[in-house]
Amino acid sequence: MENTLLTTVGDKLKSKFGDAIVSAEQHYDFPVYVIRRDAIYDVLKFLKEDEELAFGFLTTMCGLHYPDNKGQELGVMYQLHNLPKNLRIRLKTFFPVSDPTLPTITTLYPTANWMERQEYDFFGIIFKGHPNLKRILNMDEMTYHPMRKEYPLEDGTREDKDDKMFGR
Amino acid sequence: MSVKNKVDKVNQGNIPHTTGNEQLAPNEFTTLNLGPTHPATHGIFQNVLKMDGEIIMEGESTIGYIHRAFEKIAERRPYYQITVLTDRMNYCSSPINNLGWHMTVEKLLKLEIPKRVQYLRVIIMELARIADHIICNSVIGVDTGAMTGFLYIFQQRESIYDIFEELCGARLTTNIGRIGGLERDFSPKAWALLDKFLNEFPGKLKEFENLLMRNRIFMDRTINCGPITAEKALGYGFTGPNLRAAGVDYDVRVMNPYCSYEEFEFTVPVGTQGDTYDRFMVRQEEMWQSVSIIKQAIEKVRKEPEGVFHADVPEFFLPPKQEVYNNMEALIYHFKIVMGESDVPVGEVYHCVEGGNGELGFYLISDGGRTPYRMHLRRPCFIYYQAYTDMIKGTFLSDAILTMSSMNVIAGELDA
Repeated sequence: MENTLLTTVGDKLKSKFGDAIVSAEQHYDFPVYVIRRDAIYDVLKFLKEDEELAFGFLTTMCGLHYPDNKGQELGVMYQLHNLPKNLRIRLKTFFPVSDPTLPTITTLYPTANWMERQEYDFFGIIFKGHPNLKRILNMDEMTYHPMRKEYPLEDGTREDKDDKMFGR
Repeated sequence: MSVKNKVDKVNQGNIPHTTGNEQLAPNEFTTLNLGPTHPATHGIFQNVLKMDGEIIMEGESTIGYIHRAFEKIAERRPYYQITVLTDRMNYCSSPINNLGWHMTVEKLLKLEIPKRVQYLRVIIMELARIADHIICNSVIGVDTGAMTGFLYIFQQRESIYDIFEELCGARLTTNIGRIGGLERDFSPKAWALLDKFLNEFPGKLKEFENLLMRNRIFMDRTINCGPITAEKALGYGFTGPNLRAAGVDYDVRVMNPYCSYEEFEFTVPVGTQGDTYDRFMVRQEEMWQSVSIIKQAIEKVRKEPEGVFHADVPEFFLPPKQEVYNNMEALIYHFKIVMGESDVPVGEVYHCVEGGNGELGFYLISDGGRTPYRMHLRRPCFIYYQAYTDMIKGTFLSDAILTMSSMNVIAGELDA
């Protein structure tokens, strides 16, 4: 049952969006699709509104930062849940850090409101069309987006903590 | 409608709720700062409310007062050190957070956990759920003006904390369990305390129910207070008792069983109105179910081989101290674990558990390093608290207080 629905998801996405689906993988118990940025809103809308797929529940979303992937540094992960059939999928999309914009999905899932504000706050991802895009957990006066990898956790001027021994 | 008319009508009890859409001249509204520190909000929550007399026209939540950047800190901590961060999220039921985190890492490492450990974990998590629900439900009582129930039932929470103390040495921020199992077996004293608790608790819970459940004042106060429809609740990402009170039977323990929950018999209580009374009742029933789950788990533990409290994974589970000093291999493993040198596979996993107030999810990306490359926490509070200003629109201020306490919003989890 689950596997057939899963293949349906893959087939439907492939036939409808074609090369906007960059990759489809299985990570542990999750199917993961990487979607091109220009199609992400349409894909989410399709997944939510298609009668068979009906991914009506946005479980969570979070920002990602891979500074070494040139041109694809920033990303966002969406996790959807089809509650009646109990199927979860994960979508990802990546885009350059110089142009960190994404369409908002608050019109599809009201719960994305604070989630998007959180990712704006921590990664500086600008969600176009968001009703109230401002910082949520950090103070408004902050001038940077602290979850990006270039900001160290420790005070950068300290020399007594040796990364070779105790860092990542 | 003029203010005077409205106040008159409210006084006559004709319009308990306005639609919130009536427009008055701006200077006729009052701005009220509810919080950040307010004795009635049980935590640091600020809501700036636009009031029309006693009625809330609109509100805006400000959160982040105790933000501690767990997600950032976790990127610089070995896996076993992150457990203490999870303690401080929903601190009313920190064992669930701890064990949820361990299970996430175990999933990443593909570790097989012995059945006995899983049952012991179920006992711990259900005790934590009871402690969490005790706090929430008794505080609903306090906010309606009934202090007695709170004082009676809180002794039981104390008994649960005594058990935790015996299991792990701590009471509130427990840091219970380890990757691969538990740090130690249940001691005879722990079993005795658990027995004592199971004997006492049902009676006390019944007493608490007698005080509130069919109490006319309590019912008048809570029924139809802060209701939410199932559709709206799903849209806002509600999970846990709050979603179930609205009538959706989504429980992670049933939907995506972890820790052998599929072997247990229990019912998932659901409400119909999604109001404060339903949330109260759902939690109340869940406590009874938790008691039954604990009893089943004790039966199951008895059938398992004694003394097993962790999986045989020397790369991740610290050896006993005595062996570290006398055995070369144990010393090496000890050093590797403490320095975070154990090999971790590359991958990304999501694991969720049914926390005290909803689906608590851990999303973890590992690049094979000493620490997670990225860790994201799905905190149920953070996600459903955004519905709060919507839910209190057009209600009285005192109902707003009650709505908040019945939603079980925990500041530590909200701000992470």
